Amino acid sequence: MRYSGWQVIAKGLRGQRGWQPAWRDPAPKLAYQVIIIGAGGHGLATAYYLAKNHGITDVAVLERGWLGGGNVGRNTTIVRANYHLDGNTEFYSHSLKLWEGLEQELNYNVMMSQRGIINLAHSDGQMDFYARRGNAMRMQGDDAELLDRDRVRRAYPGLNHDNPRFPILGGLRQRRAGTARHDAVAWGFARGADRRGVDLVQNCEVTGFRIERGRVTGVETTRGFIGAGKVGMAVAGRTSQVAQMAGLRLPIESHVLQAFVTEGLKPVLPGVVTFGMGHFYISQSDKGGLVYGGDLDFYNSYAARGNLPMIEHVHEAGMALMPMLGRARMLRHWGGIMDMSMDGSPIIDRTPIDGLYLNGGWCYGGFKATPASGWCFAHLIATDRPSPHAMRLRLDRFETGHVLDEEGTGAQPNKH
Amino acid sequence: MRLTCPLCGDRDSREFSYLGSATLSDRPADDAPFDAWHEYVHLRDNPAGPNAELWHHVSGCSAWLHVVRDTRNHQVLSIRLAEEGA
Amino acid sequence: MRLETGGLIDRAAPLGFRFDGREYSGFQGDTLASALLAGGVRLMGRSFKYHRPRGVLSAGSDEPNALMEVGTGARRRPNTRATVQELYEGLEARSQNRWPSLAWDAGQVSDLLAPFLGAGFYYKTFMWPAAFWERVYEPLIRRAAGLGRLSGKRDPDACDKAFAHCDLLVIGAGPAGLMAALMAAEAGARVILADEDCRPGGRLLAEREQVDGAPGHAWAAELWDALAQMPNVTPMPRTTVTGAYDGGTFGALERVAEHMARPPEAAPRLTFWRIAARRAILAAGALERPVAFPHNDRPGVMLAGAARAYANRWAVAPGRRVAVFTNNDDGWRTARDLSAQGIEVAALIDSRAGVTPPEGPWQLMTGTHVTDTRGRLGLRAVQTRDGGGRHRWLEVDTLAVSGGWNPALHLTCHMNGRPRWNPAIHAFVPASDAVPGLDVAGAALGQFSTRGAMKSGQYRARKALEALGFEPPSIPVPNAEDTPPRLSPLWQVPRTRGRAWLDFQNDVTVKDVALAHAENFRSVEHMKRYTTLGMATDQGKSANVGALGVMADLAGREIAQIGTTTFRPPYTPIDIAALGAGADGRGFAPHRLPPSHAYGLERGAPTVEAGLWHRAAYYPREGETHWRESCDREARMVRQAVGVCDVTSLGKIDVQGTDAAAFLDRVYANTMSTLKPGRVRYGLMLRDDGFVMDDGTCARLGPEHFVVTTTTAAAGQVMAHLEFCAQCLWPQLDVALVSVTEAWAQCAIAGPKSRDLVDGLLDAPLGAFPFMACGEVSVRGVGARLFRISFSGEHAYELAVPARYGDALFRRLVDRAETLGGGPYGMEALNVLRIEKGLLTHAELHGRTTADDLGLGRMVKPGSIGHRMRERAGLSGRWREQLVGLEAVEPGARLNGGARLVAAGAAQVRQMDQGYVTSVCWSPQLDRYIALGFLRDGRNRTGEVLDIVDHMRSGAAQAQVVPLPFFDPEGGRLRA
Repeated sequence: MRYSGWQVIAKGLRGQRGWQPAWRDPAPKLAYQVIIIGAGGHGLATAYYLAKNHGITDVAVLERGWLGGGNVGRNTTIVRANYHLDGNTEFYSHSLKLWEGLEQELNYNVMMSQRGIINLAHSDGQMDFYARRGNAMRMQGDDAELLDRDRVRRAYPGLNHDNPRFPILGGLRQRRAGTARHDAVAWGFARGADRRGVDLVQNCEVTGFRIERGRVTGVETTRGFIGAGKVGMAVAGRTSQVAQMAGLRLPIESHVLQAFVTEGLKPVLPGVVTFGMGHFYISQSDKGGLVYGGDLDFYNSYAARGNLPMIEHVHEAGMALMPMLGRARMLRHWGGIMDMSMDGSPIIDRTPIDGLYLNGGWCYGGFKATPASGWCFAHLIATDRPSPHAMRLRLDRFETGHVLDEEGTGAQPNKH
Repeated sequence: MRLTCPLCGDRDSREFSYLGSATLSDRPADDAPFDAWHEYVHLRDNPAGPNAELWHHVSGCSAWLHVVRDTRNHQVLSIRLAEEGA
Repeated sequence: MRLETGGLIDRAAPLGFRFDGREYSGFQGDTLASALLAGGVRLMGRSFKYHRPRGVLSAGSDEPNALMEVGTGARRRPNTRATVQELYEGLEARSQNRWPSLAWDAGQVSDLLAPFLGAGFYYKTFMWPAAFWERVYEPLIRRAAGLGRLSGKRDPDACDKAFAHCDLLVIGAGPAGLMAALMAAEAGARVILADEDCRPGGRLLAEREQVDGAPGHAWAAELWDALAQMPNVTPMPRTTVTGAYDGGTFGALERVAEHMARPPEAAPRLTFWRIAARRAILAAGALERPVAFPHNDRPGVMLAGAARAYANRWAVAPGRRVAVFTNNDDGWRTARDLSAQGIEVAALIDSRAGVTPPEGPWQLMTGTHVTDTRGRLGLRAVQTRDGGGRHRWLEVDTLAVSGGWNPALHLTCHMNGRPRWNPAIHAFVPASDAVPGLDVAGAALGQFSTRGAMKSGQYRARKALEALGFEPPSIPVPNAEDTPPRLSPLWQVPRTRGRAWLDFQNDVTVKDVALAHAENFRSVEHMKRYTTLGMATDQGKSANVGALGVMADLAGREIAQIGTTTFRPPYTPIDIAALGAGADGRGFAPHRLPPSHAYGLERGAPTVEAGLWHRAAYYPREGETHWRESCDREARMVRQAVGVCDVTSLGKIDVQGTDAAAFLDRVYANTMSTLKPGRVRYGLMLRDDGFVMDDGTCARLGPEHFVVTTTTAAAGQVMAHLEFCAQCLWPQLDVALVSVTEAWAQCAIAGPKSRDLVDGLLDAPLGAFPFMACGEVSVRGVGARLFRISFSGEHAYELAVPARYGDALFRRLVDRAETLGGGPYGMEALNVLRIEKGLLTHAELHGRTTADDLGLGRMVKPGSIGHRMRERAGLSGRWREQLVGLEAVEPGARLNGGARLVAAGAAQVRQMDQGYVTSVCWSPQLDRYIALGFLRDGRNRTGEVLDIVDHMRSGAAQAQVVPLPFFDPEGGRLRA
């Protein structure tokens, strides 16, 4: 069934009867050409592009819980392509282009809203750094502009531009950046993959790999063994745990990143604002809630929840940046498990085991990467060669030293 | 979260900073094979369960601590001074 | 309408207030909601999606409907629940999310479109044409969405944060909490007793029950007062425990002054508490749940317990003619109490057949359901259907509904605990040990009778006290009502037509849940996300369990099989001002000032941030109108005469011990053990991944005594790193580290006349003091340290004195410098001088540079940190970007930091990128812009002309690669 305004009206006139399930609930078959572990955004997008770009539809996506229940359903929904290192720039650039056509591609309104992002600068050194980043973005073919103090003041009147501690000197803006409705991204890819014949199998936890003579032949699951020619892992947050079942030890730590939303408020913020000196970022959802967050809690965690020191720090940064937030109230806070890689950049690569592929290490960048991650991972699985958009997201870069360390903080994941 | 520093007593976690896995104390010998160095610098067990890790009482006595903590629920299982060894 | 008698209000203290511009009055003890109801106001808000007229549903913090803007100007607080806002004189409240008025809201047009706006409709439309989302659809949606308005201004009232510690935290001062607190208090434990209400008693405040022969609220107040007298008890009224965190830490919000127009002098509006508790007892009571039936959302339909609370606690008749609709015995009390207060109860409708509700002046209707309601802005009639299927309309203006009670177990979910369905009481109860150290007691555990709750509180307190090592006292349980109510589950009235609300604020109806089910959004989380049920400001307190019941009905399964409900922190929303207290203005980050700061202020020097320090940028002289004029003058002054600069902010670490030299050999890439006492050496530190961490100097003051300096920004990081090396890597080495950054004030004295200046200042003649010498000296009897080091390329010194003499030293140095034709210089000139010499800061040491990139590869020796991993292929080679000097090709053309470089004539695309510019200055010495940058294979490209790519700012089009340093390459001035 194709979604459209006409359908909404037609079904509305019939009391909302006649809608079909967004996806089937198939029982897993005995074997598939490709199994994707993890029905998060990346796993679902991978399945979608395997079918769409490569014609591979004998695919199952296996999900321990409910689809879209991992980080795709608990992030702060920001989409941007404002990286400065080769390897990241071209990948995220490709992702932003895919975002721009995603509604029409999926026939699903993921509410990609290009209301822009600004990274605020508070010192000349920061302005230079943002200029460098902006130039890298422009050379990649993406948009970027460096705003001076007055232009930031006009574009974002709600901020404390004259904070005595961190006065705002300017900022780097990307107009094509914005936000998207996170759940809809998972559901849109799920529906798209399902319509192309992919089996989405929920409540099916992978408990082990079957590996024969260095080649993966299938996975053990809570619903029995399922054979596969190729297996892709897309389980960011839990990558170490799943890879360990295949005997792999990875350059990844799992950390908790918290996020926050306020009660609904009339619009006060046009786009996404990041306050790097405070490790703080904020946007306002279409529903009116201010969605914001900050840094990691700093310790390894699989608990998907954090603690007060970082909660307070984030709110302190909010008060420093936007004193008008004082009488807004934080409604809910939660945490996601981040796959923090040793250089802060992701990995899309083969593993030492034939037929087993790795997609992980997304740090905080996973949501905006969703379409390109699926696109590139599908390309890798289908062709056994890296996508041109993800040539440098290799697993061996840590051994060779060709790391992609955007923050320059070295092999300490909680600093990225 | 709260940690009991062996020197200072029970303190809020905000007094501490976190480095990572306690394997960072087991630095390979200078002439160890390259693989050992790669493992030391980059690879982590990253367990979902008890994890031996290094914390620094940076806003306290400056002691580095060897902490065993369950990453599933943040329960602290043991703490000792890092310099005292296992 | 106010009742003649009764209520916990002070009729001698009337309070005037305004709602939507109209004046009303209430009494001390009222909430805004009770006072509005007393004033005959039933329409208090509009729903989020359909802008349906709404009245008050509850009498507590679970209120989804009666949200208002309270206060005016910068004190306006949106989304305030009228049910918990205490009334004060002059309170100004305004309805929200409506236009032009609450009674006539244009937004209600969406209610007419409701047939088309089912769950998730927006995922299926608004996609064509593509560009219309940002331009048309989304702006419309954003304008219509949202609830209240922020003032847009800085809050004039301050908030605060604080720590508290206790043996036992008791959350809730109802029957269970009070008994638990009493037990612990008598045992001698340090007790904190927190309750979100302004009065103790919990549910007792809303009931007409007796405890030990006295009114329940009086019993609670007396016990509370007695506890407050005990030195080991801290009662915390108006304090909501909002979240459970690790290690027995709880967050709590105390509303210190929200029951008044503004905080008293020096008091905060709110205090956010972090309570560290060895044990805790959750006695938060229970929340009543509604029943879904068509048009159950009209103003006048409220929870039965709330109707009772308004009558009993606030002496307010919720309406003139009331019907009660219940599926449990507790609902009967509403009929009883309202009637006893003289309010007409038209009917007691019980969904259960075969029960015998109490007789009274009401019509008894058992086995009967409410199947519809009427009334546009307020309830006028309800339709009932009896067991025989006969419908009739009943004229009432209020319907009190009870679907049973849900334990307020929210805090037990905060650490991922999953509540468990208890089929005996048809409610979720907390999982045991969901939060370490937290026990649950009373109604929060499903003990719904008063005496049962008291016993439960006592029992849990006894267990907690035993765990804490206290002897539990023996205390008799008071006499109180002891009959748990019976209940027959009813989530939705079956066989009805019309929209039946589950989530009132977000307008989620039974049909929406059914649609989600039909579209295969069948896991609880999918249903919630697809319909937005439970996402409103009450976080599903009234909706979640009912929706699970509806899902169970749809699937033909038991609730326990459908899934569970969970709640994230906080229990109720927390003002950002409270969690972020103290951070407005300067408060967010430390603000460190060097010893010369006062002097700088006197001279009108602007400051620039370096790390956490604020250092003088330049010292303007009369007639100078642009920073460049001052900077150029100061840089020339240093080159020609002498300049003085406060460099205190550089990190200083004192390293001592018999193994200090061996230690430094390992942490520095280069060798320090060969350094002779009285000498200084440049030092480069790598990380173990082979990249540069920091640079600085290392001075050997004695055989076992070194002082190392770090860059300002990396001081803390380097100190922690060295402590790590000393304690974790090589604990066998005898080395002790102390950060002495704050202990010593340090000034650079640079320029050809620096020796004259220093020599004249010291108590003894300077004598031979070659480049890179160091030693102890004396300045007017004060022990000082002198270093012959230079960050300017000039003959220069750094002189350190104990920090308390820093201001005096700086002034003396400046005075003497001025007599020599020099003066102070700031960060801008310092930057010019170091760029002219090709020296580095964190603009170059940005964490991705290697020693080789900087041309320092040969410094790195085996055995030092980082030397093994720098052997990796990716860390060296001509493809890497290497440090170079750059000059603009066009005379006078400006270079910009952050510009990128491509080969002359090459396409300006990523694939052709060759490097970038890091540091730029106008060199008064060379009379042109110069820059440092990184360029692929840069050391082999001297003389090459490159195209500059700068889309961000305007500037030079081309730059030439030149050798470093730009100035005095032989270093003659340095050694002179």
